[in-house]
Amino acid sequence: MDLSFNAEERAFQSEVRGFIAKNLTEEMKRATALTPSVFSDPDIGMAWQRALHAQGWGAPGWPVEYGGPDWTPAQRWIFETECARAGVPNVNVMGVKMVGPVIIGFGSPEQKNFYLPRILSGEDYWCQGYSEPGSGSDLSSLKTRAVRDGDDYIINGTKIWTTHAHHANRMFALVRTSDGARQQDGISFVLIDMKTPGITIRPILTIGGDHEVNQVFFDDVRVPVANRVGEEGKGWTYGKYLLEFERGAGIASAKLREGLKAIADLAESDLTGRAIDSPDIATRIAEVEVDIDALEMTELRVLSALQTGQNPGAVSSILKLRNSEIRQAVTRLGADVIGHDALAVEPMRPLYRLNHEPATPEEMLTVMPEYLNGRAYTIFGGTSEIQRDIIAKMMLGI
Amino acid sequence: MDLNLSDEQKLLRESAERFVAESYDAEHRRKMANDPLGFSPAVWKQFAELGWLALPLPEEFGGLGGGAVDIGILMEAFGRGLVSEPYVATVVLGAALIARCGTSEQKQASLPKVADGSLKLALAHSERAARFDLAKVTTSANKTGQGWRLSGSKIAVLDGHAADEIIVSAHIHDHRGPSGRIGLFLVQATTSGLVISEYPRLGGGRACNIELFDAHLPEDALLGDGSDAVPAIEWAIDRAMAALGAEAVGIMQTLLDTTLDYTKIRKQFGRPLSANQVIRHRLADMAMQVDEARSMALRAALKADSAPIERARAASGAKAKIGKCARFVGEQSIQLHGGMGVTEELEVGAYFKRLVAFDTLFGGSAHHYARHAELSRRAISA
Repeated sequence: MDLSFNAEERAFQSEVRGFIAKNLTEEMKRATALTPSVFSDPDIGMAWQRALHAQGWGAPGWPVEYGGPDWTPAQRWIFETECARAGVPNVNVMGVKMVGPVIIGFGSPEQKNFYLPRILSGEDYWCQGYSEPGSGSDLSSLKTRAVRDGDDYIINGTKIWTTHAHHANRMFALVRTSDGARQQDGISFVLIDMKTPGITIRPILTIGGDHEVNQVFFDDVRVPVANRVGEEGKGWTYGKYLLEFERGAGIASAKLREGLKAIADLAESDLTGRAIDSPDIATRIAEVEVDIDALEMTELRVLSALQTGQNPGAVSSILKLRNSEIRQAVTRLGADVIGHDALAVEPMRPLYRLNHEPATPEEMLTVMPEYLNGRAYTIFGGTSEIQRDIIAKMMLGI
Repeated sequence: MDLNLSDEQKLLRESAERFVAESYDAEHRRKMANDPLGFSPAVWKQFAELGWLALPLPEEFGGLGGGAVDIGILMEAFGRGLVSEPYVATVVLGAALIARCGTSEQKQASLPKVADGSLKLALAHSERAARFDLAKVTTSANKTGQGWRLSGSKIAVLDGHAADEIIVSAHIHDHRGPSGRIGLFLVQATTSGLVISEYPRLGGGRACNIELFDAHLPEDALLGDGSDAVPAIEWAIDRAMAALGAEAVGIMQTLLDTTLDYTKIRKQFGRPLSANQVIRHRLADMAMQVDEARSMALRAALKADSAPIERARAASGAKAKIGKCARFVGEQSIQLHGGMGVTEELEVGAYFKRLVAFDTLFGGSAHHYARHAELSRRAISA
């Protein structure tokens, strides 16, 4: 057993550092630090995606034949860790990490040829049409309906919590094409051009003051049948595959560590009157740091298992749960560390392009929005309650 | 970067698990609980034969040169069976300190005997007034013409009743008075002026308080050259915490398995307890905490030979986190067993008590989170 990296891995680490030093602009860095939502705005995120793509690193998880870099799990770890340390933009995952793997796994040759290069280059910007107002955790009860009409489906219904629908030119969606015996049957996976007539988008502001998610309405929206991925009625299988990606794709500890470091820096600063001198704050920082150490170690254990071809199994639910809970602990700590500055609300966005002097120092601007928006971490991608159900079922067999 | 077990480590795990499963059953544990020695000399002999006593000792003194990860593998298996042999006291604390601090004569005199099972050790360091401060020692060692005279009191000496030699920490006083250095002294159990008061230890095994009334020791009782031993004591206790953390993981795993089985067969309101979501989620939380504890024990072992601050932070982090997880898993195991969980008729209580002992030993979670915070400050200013 060995926690250290070998010569090859260290060489890769310097390559990644060199790449970041060359491509991460001060503007990108500042914008990322001042973005209190999950993903960077498209101008920032896609600039980074283009740089990655130019380097051949646009899709770390993809097979080589589709443009993946063929990294070992250890290399992916190094890449994610270095990116987190440097504070690179948080590229919206809907393209590379979400729809990409489904198209690779289940798409037709035409779909692969058309969509995959456009995902890699950032030419297409994707959003996900899964949840509906009546279908949250019980996703397979979804009701948005696609009715066959010649070579088209006609789609009617509504999707909600659609991240960056207002920026996206494409959506991948689960729609009901028939009523099966089980509610999981009769769901199909379709790719929708967001400029199609009949689509309207309603912005939803989250409690931190950010517009990241939306509700999307479909009124007689015509989508070619050729835009269906895989077989009709098998969409649930593909969608579930993708959800596993959503949960397991994360190497999250490095980002959590940077988040905690920002809070600890504030706590040690005169801006907070040295909050760290309160033993309660110092101990809580230690407690969260130790939780991150544990998560990091679990991630490394999973990575080591992957390296020898073992299947990590339900541990992805543990990773998702702990990541979301620790993230919330970090933001809660942040809210306490900034003291009275927690009272100041800055309604303008983006925070990195304010045209007035904010009420609090810039280092604190994202603290409260992150705390408030951060309540969503234990809800999206399968609530903590759903994750516990999965752990009980898959790991404990009950 | 590779966290997979080597082939040797897999073999070690298999043999340890097999040994515990075959020879360390409930009946054996009950017998040991009422045994005046608290463990079985026959089992100790088997440990020697299996090479477990030699495992972490240096090869030139009859050891196998194993590391903290290997000890962790063994300790996790010990935890599953609630093993009560004085492994930590003799091997992880005692022999390690001799190997680190002793002169080559002292190592030659002790370590091969530890490896073959003929010498048992203990560490007497904690004092009542010091609480968990490892640098605070009032027991004194006065230099005389012939050797040393030791006076003072020690508490919580693990397995001191069974030790042939007790390593006692004491403030060295030379002819000029207090030196400011803490020394480690090898004290034979038969030394006159050494009074051992033993007691049954929470969660199995035994411990003792000792008093030294002007006990006369020979010149070479002092381990090594008499330089300050506090860094070595911190090192040894950090490693012991990693080892005990691994043992706690084994204990927690057994409690989780037992509780899971019980909730599947115990029926109330016409259905198994495990059919209730509140129970399933509790068990999921327990499983998650066992897994986090396992990660932390491994982390502490992997960093056991790192630079002092990094090692100590990993050890304190593990101690604090595993202690917290242990309390949760232990208390919930009792809760989910209902009234029977509070009785001595099931073994849940015995496993729980060993976890409480773990959390208490060398300082609980609160102490180690505070130590972690203090070490982080030192790391930043360094």
